[in-house]
Amino acid sequence: MKIATAADLAAVEKKAADEINNGDISVLVGLATCGIAAGANPVMKEFKAELDRQGIKNARVTRTGCIGVCQYEPVVEVFVPGKEKVTYVKMTADKVSRIVEEHLKDGRPVVEYTIGAQQKEGVTAENISLSGTAFYKKQERIALRNCGVIDPESIDEYIARDGYKALTKALTEMSPADVIAVMKASGLRGRGGAGFPTGLKWDFAAGNAADQKYVCCNADEGDPGAFMDRSVLEGDPHAVLEAMAIAGYAIGSTQGYIYIRAEYPTAVARLQIAIKQAKEYGLLGENVLGTGFSFDIALRLGAGAFVCGEETALMTSIEGKRGEPRPRPPFPALKGLWQKPTILNNVETYANVAQIILKGADWFAGMGTEKSKGTKVFALGGKITNTGLVEVPMGTTLREIIGEVGGGIPGGKKFKAAQTGGPSGGCIPATHMDTEIDYDNLIAIGSMMGSGGLIVMDEDTCMVDIAKFFLDFTVDESCGKCAPCRIGTKRLYELLEKITGGNGVLTDLDKMEELCYYIKDNALCGLGQTAPNPVLSTLRYFRSEYEAHCVDKKCPAGVCKSMLSYEIDQEKCKKCSLCVRVCPVGAINGVIKNPHSIDKSKCIKCGACVNTCKFGAIAVR
Amino acid sequence: MKKNISTRPFEGTAEQERRLIEAIERYKGEKGAVMQVLQLAQEIYGYLPLPVQQKIANGLDVPFAEVYGVSTFYSQFALSPKGKYQVSVCLGTACYVKGAQAVYDRLKTILKPGEDGCTADGKFSLEACRCIGACGLAPVITINDEVYGRLTEKDIDGILESYKHR
Repeated sequence: MKIATAADLAAVEKKAADEINNGDISVLVGLATCGIAAGANPVMKEFKAELDRQGIKNARVTRTGCIGVCQYEPVVEVFVPGKEKVTYVKMTADKVSRIVEEHLKDGRPVVEYTIGAQQKEGVTAENISLSGTAFYKKQERIALRNCGVIDPESIDEYIARDGYKALTKALTEMSPADVIAVMKASGLRGRGGAGFPTGLKWDFAAGNAADQKYVCCNADEGDPGAFMDRSVLEGDPHAVLEAMAIAGYAIGSTQGYIYIRAEYPTAVARLQIAIKQAKEYGLLGENVLGTGFSFDIALRLGAGAFVCGEETALMTSIEGKRGEPRPRPPFPALKGLWQKPTILNNVETYANVAQIILKGADWFAGMGTEKSKGTKVFALGGKITNTGLVEVPMGTTLREIIGEVGGGIPGGKKFKAAQTGGPSGGCIPATHMDTEIDYDNLIAIGSMMGSGGLIVMDEDTCMVDIAKFFLDFTVDESCGKCAPCRIGTKRLYELLEKITGGNGVLTDLDKMEELCYYIKDNALCGLGQTAPNPVLSTLRYFRSEYEAHCVDKKCPAGVCKSMLSYEIDQEKCKKCSLCVRVCPVGAINGVIKNPHSIDKSKCIKCGACVNTCKFGAIAVR
Repeated sequence: MKKNISTRPFEGTAEQERRLIEAIERYKGEKGAVMQVLQLAQEIYGYLPLPVQQKIANGLDVPFAEVYGVSTFYSQFALSPKGKYQVSVCLGTACYVKGAQAVYDRLKTILKPGEDGCTADGKFSLEACRCIGACGLAPVITINDEVYGRLTEKDIDGILESYKHR
C-alpha cells in the first residue's frame, strides 16, 4: 500500500492507534543489544508460550527498543489499560508464569520482581513503574521518546505516535526556507560532539547550488562507552529516516546515506527493515506524498575506524577509500561527498528534528540553557549504581545526573571523576560537580560534550592510567596522515608509559604539557586536535597523582602494577600454603602451618596469589 | 593499526569463488564499490587473503594498491584467518574501568594465542575490540555471537571450558 496524501497518512495513523488501544493488555520486552545479551529473547518466547498455555486472548507480547535501565536487563513492562505501567527487571523465563497468573489474569503486580524491589527505599506504590523511580524523574525524553515504547520493526506503531507527520507538514505547509528558519530558531546544536548549530549547517548547504547534494547521517558511534546512537537506531529507526528526508527537502537533496558501524548488527538490521517499510509506503522514494519531492536513503557500513566519525573522513569512507580526513575549507556544505554539497548530522541530532518541526522552535528553545537548547542523551557507565541511557535537559548538573538519576557510586566508594567526550574529552573532578552541563561550560572546564558517553570513576581508578588508556586508543586509531597526530600521540603515550612504569621524573610532566599544546595546535582534524585532552584535563585536576607516580613512585589508586608491592598480612593468614603452590615463580616462602612471606625480588606481581587466597590475606599496596 | 598478515597458503572452494565473482559483478562500476565488496568477501572467506584482494582489484578494475590500502586501514578487515570461536574482549572505557584488562589477561594466559591471534589448533582466536555498546553489562566479552557480561577474571575458565567440548 502507498501513502499518497496527508489524508492517507491520517487513516493509517488512526487504524494503527485503534489497534494499539484496543483494550488489550500489552507486554513489552526490551530487545535492544543489551537486553538480548542479557537473555531477553527466551523471556519473550516464554511469555508467548505461557499466554497460549493459559488461553489468554486479551494480551499481546511485543518487542521494543532500549528501555534505558541497562543494569536491570532483561526488562519487561506490562501495560494494563487504565493503570500505570509496571516495570519488571532482571527477568528470566522462570518468572514468567507467576506474572501471567497473578498480574495479567488477576490484576495483582508481582511486586518483588519489579524495579521498585531494587531501589534503596524499597518497594512503594509509585516505584513499581520505571516512571516512578528517581532514575526517571529528572528525565525529559525527546530524542528517546519512542525508545522502549514502540516496536521498532513496525512502521505503523511509529505512525501511530505522530510518525511522518513532521515530514508531511514540511512538504505540504512549509517551504525549504521555512524549515531552515525553524531549525535555526530552535537553537538545536549538533549532538555528535562539536555542537555546531544544525540550522546554520543546513542553511550553508541549501545556499550552494549543485546538480546533486547529499544528506548524511553519522552513526559511526566510535567513542568507547557511548551507546546513545545505537539505542536510538535500535529503538526508533524511523525517527532518523524522517528527519533525513526533512533535511533533504530543506537543502534540496534527493539522496541520503547512513554511515553506521558494523559492530551494531541489530541496529543495521532494524534500519534495513525501516527503510524497506518506508519505501513500501512511499514515504521514501519517488514523489513522496504526491508533492513531487523524491528522497532515497542507503546504508553504508563502517569497518572499524574511529577517525571515520570525523566528517571529512566519514565522507571519504563512504566513497570507498581509506577513511582519512581532508583539510577544511572547503567545508562539506560546499564540497563534501563526491565533491558535492553535503550535510552530516549525528543520529541524536536527527532524532530531535521531527519534534521540532511539529511542536515549533519556541517549544524546543524553551528548554536548556542560554546557548544550549533542548535535551542531551547520556550513556551512564562505569562505577555508578544505575548504568543506562538517560535524557536530561541541558543545564542539569553533574551532581543531579550522577547522584540522583544515576543513584550514586556503588559499594560506598568515593567519587573521583566523571569522564565525558570519550578520547576527545576530559575528566571532571568533584569540585566541578555543580557545573551546569552544556557545550560551553564543559569546554570551559577542560572537557567537552562529545557524543554523550559519561563514565564515572571512583577512588580505585588511577587517573594516569586512564590518560594512558585513552592515548593508547588514539595512537591505535590515528590514521597516520598528519605528523603531529601520528608521531605526537605516540610520544605522549611513551611518556605516560614511562610514568606508570615507575620511571617518570617531574620534568616529564612539563614536557607532556608542551607536547599536548603542540598537537592541539597542529593536527589536521578533530581527532588529533582533541587527542591530548585526556592528558591535559587529568594533569590539570589530578596533578598530585602524577607527582606521586614520579616522585614517590606510588600509584595512589593501586592500579599501576609496577608500583605495587604484595605482602602477606600475618594476622589474616591461615598458613594453608595454597599461595605457595600457585605462585608461578616460586616467590612465596613457607610450608603449611608455618608463616609465609613473599620474596619481593622474585615477585612478578601477577596477582595469582591474591586470586587464590580464601582469606584475603594478601595485601596489595 | 598494525595488521597480522597471514602466511598460511590460501585455500578457497569453487563455491566461494562463485560468490566472490557475483559480489564483484553486483558492485562493479558503482561509486564506492571497494569497501562494499571487501565486506562481502570477508563474509565469504572469513578473512581477506591476498589472492582474493587481487581478484577484487582486477574485477573492479582498480589498482591492487588501492584495495590493499583500504583493507589494511580498517580494523574490521582481517588479513589472517580467525579461530573457529572468535573471542573478543571489549576494551571500551566502561569495561576498562570495571576490570576488562584482567579478563583479557586471563584469556591470554589460558589460550596462549600465536602471533596472528589464533590458537595452534585453530579453535580459538583472541582479540581486544572496540566498545560494542553493551556498557550496562561491563565488562563484556563475545564469543562468536554469544555475549557474556558482568564478568570477572574468575569466570573465564568456566566459559572457555564449555567451548572445549563443542
